[in-house]
Amino acid sequence: MQKNYFLAKLSGLLILSTILVLLGTLLGSTGANWNALGPDQTILFDIRLPRSLGAYLAGALLGLAGGIAQSLFRNPLADPYLLGSASGALLGVGSILCFAYLGNSWLEIIGLNGGAFLGALIGVLASLLLAGGYRSSLRLLLSGVVISVILGAANSLFTFIRPDLFQSIQSFMLGNTTLMNWSGVAIMAIALFLCLAITSIISPVLDALSLGENTARTLGLPLDQLRLVFIGILALATGCAVAQTGLVAFVGLAAPHLVRKLSGGRQRVQLIFSCLGGGILLLGSDLIARTLFAPLEIPVGIVTAVLGGLYLLVLLKRTSFGGRS
Amino acid sequence: MKEFKDMHSSIRSRYLAIGVALFFLGFSVAVFAAPFSVVDDQGVVVVFDKPPQRVVSLLPSLTESVCALGKCDALVGIDRFSNWPKSIQNLPKLGGVGDVNIERIVQLKPDVVLLEKASPVIARLNSLGIQTFALDIKSMGDEDRALQKLDLVLGTTESARVWNQIQKEIMRANKQLSLQGKNIRVYFEINPAPYAAGGSSFIGEILSQLNLINIIPKSLGPFPKINPEFVVQAKPDVILLTESTTTDIQKRPGWNTIPAVSNNRICVFTSEQNDVLVRPGPRMGEAALIISQCIQEKMSSPR
Repeated sequence: MQKNYFLAKLSGLLILSTILVLLGTLLGSTGANWNALGPDQTILFDIRLPRSLGAYLAGALLGLAGGIAQSLFRNPLADPYLLGSASGALLGVGSILCFAYLGNSWLEIIGLNGGAFLGALIGVLASLLLAGGYRSSLRLLLSGVVISVILGAANSLFTFIRPDLFQSIQSFMLGNTTLMNWSGVAIMAIALFLCLAITSIISPVLDALSLGENTARTLGLPLDQLRLVFIGILALATGCAVAQTGLVAFVGLAAPHLVRKLSGGRQRVQLIFSCLGGGILLLGSDLIARTLFAPLEIPVGIVTAVLGGLYLLVLLKRTSFGGRS
Repeated sequence: MKEFKDMHSSIRSRYLAIGVALFFLGFSVAVFAAPFSVVDDQGVVVVFDKPPQRVVSLLPSLTESVCALGKCDALVGIDRFSNWPKSIQNLPKLGGVGDVNIERIVQLKPDVVLLEKASPVIARLNSLGIQTFALDIKSMGDEDRALQKLDLVLGTTESARVWNQIQKEIMRANKQLSLQGKNIRVYFEINPAPYAAGGSSFIGEILSQLNLINIIPKSLGPFPKINPEFVVQAKPDVILLTESTTTDIQKRPGWNTIPAVSNNRICVFTSEQNDVLVRPGPRMGEAALIISQCIQEKMSSPR
């Protein structure tokens, strides 16, 4: 019985996703036009389709990472940017931009996307080192906050020295889905597949964790090792998404909450749904961002914050958030 | 008879000239002697006892304007980004946008501080008893007005000459281009986000004075963030870049179908040229020449 409901909900979300992707190829800088033949083909297949798919995949990665973070730290306020990955990615982009004038071929090979990815991983690694391991959630969270502040300050120093880079860095901070290409989509698809596969295999650990760390330990699970795997997935998913789209606000925090009522408490279902929910949220926001004032664009992060925030407010109003995550 | 008449008229015109000269002399003496007031772009009436002898400029375009009016030697301090003309490079640097060095400014005892209308330090400087003169320069017309106001403040009469010089250079730039076919569509990218130079920015104004067609319509505002697919659909013939993101542009999805990219007609400007292009100051004419020269080169080179 419950299985059937799950399939129905899953297919509902998938259908909604497909509709949004199709809408994404329909809506562009000049309003709706959809003739797949003729000169518009490049725009359709090289610009709109990868952009829509890319936005969806990035949202899905962030949603998954957010779901993992909230379950792992047993904190409904956790988001994927928590462990220093956001400020690390920002610093990566800032330093690549700052030293671009050197003309070093290495910098060109890494590029902005690579810089963001490496920065995110370095941020998480630094948090792990500072916390002296991954055993204590609280230490890990605190060191993540500290790393965020320090790396953020370093980035502010970059913009202070080179104010001409301010706009470029800001567009990364607000999230940017405009220049997505097929290779980016492929990378994110692979990353999403890997992360989802591993997560759904070891997700029972999260179920056990929701009973409390001590209880989970008494169940005989190799808690520490699996926790490290989750942190790795968290860093990989966040790094891949951030590298392609920048620091899109709020998707990772909101997506798990948006689907919580649908999932009915099981972690595996919850994670898959928050993955889909994140994709739907980011792609929907991207559609609004590009059509509202076309051909102008609003930074997509603003739309995600407004949309996700409003929906969360409605949820808060309707249900008392008393129940644990 | 005719000769006599000519002589007569020449005497008359000489008298007239002397009269005018006397009038201007008297006028300028009056100006030098009595306090005078100029309204700045904030609408504040700024009163000067005499033309300021010690001037601080906190904006590169204002520094350039002061120097173009011939008052470079009155400058005693500049902001961190002012770097033209060369003669000012040894002046004390008084910080940038968010970190103006108030202490050093007070130490320099300037008669007036020239700055941007939105500058956060105006109230602080005024409360320390230092006069400020705020200007708001966004378009070519603004620069004309700013030059006239600076003329009044500094007691010079050079603004018409400087403005004519700008117009002449733009005309020369226009001639440089007019040999080629008309209807060249251009896209001017300020920043790879991508932000573009719209029709109502001063860069857009220069483009339209050069009879180039800016693919970004005026209705989108001065520096809009646009959907890159709009550029692909607009098919510009030439792309102008202020940041060196050429390789990045060729990698952008779908952009290789743009004529400018497939024919490699992309103008990338050096940082010195950039300074000329992005500052709405007395070197706008030079900016027009830089643009026209590059476009001329790119359009005439074989594919």
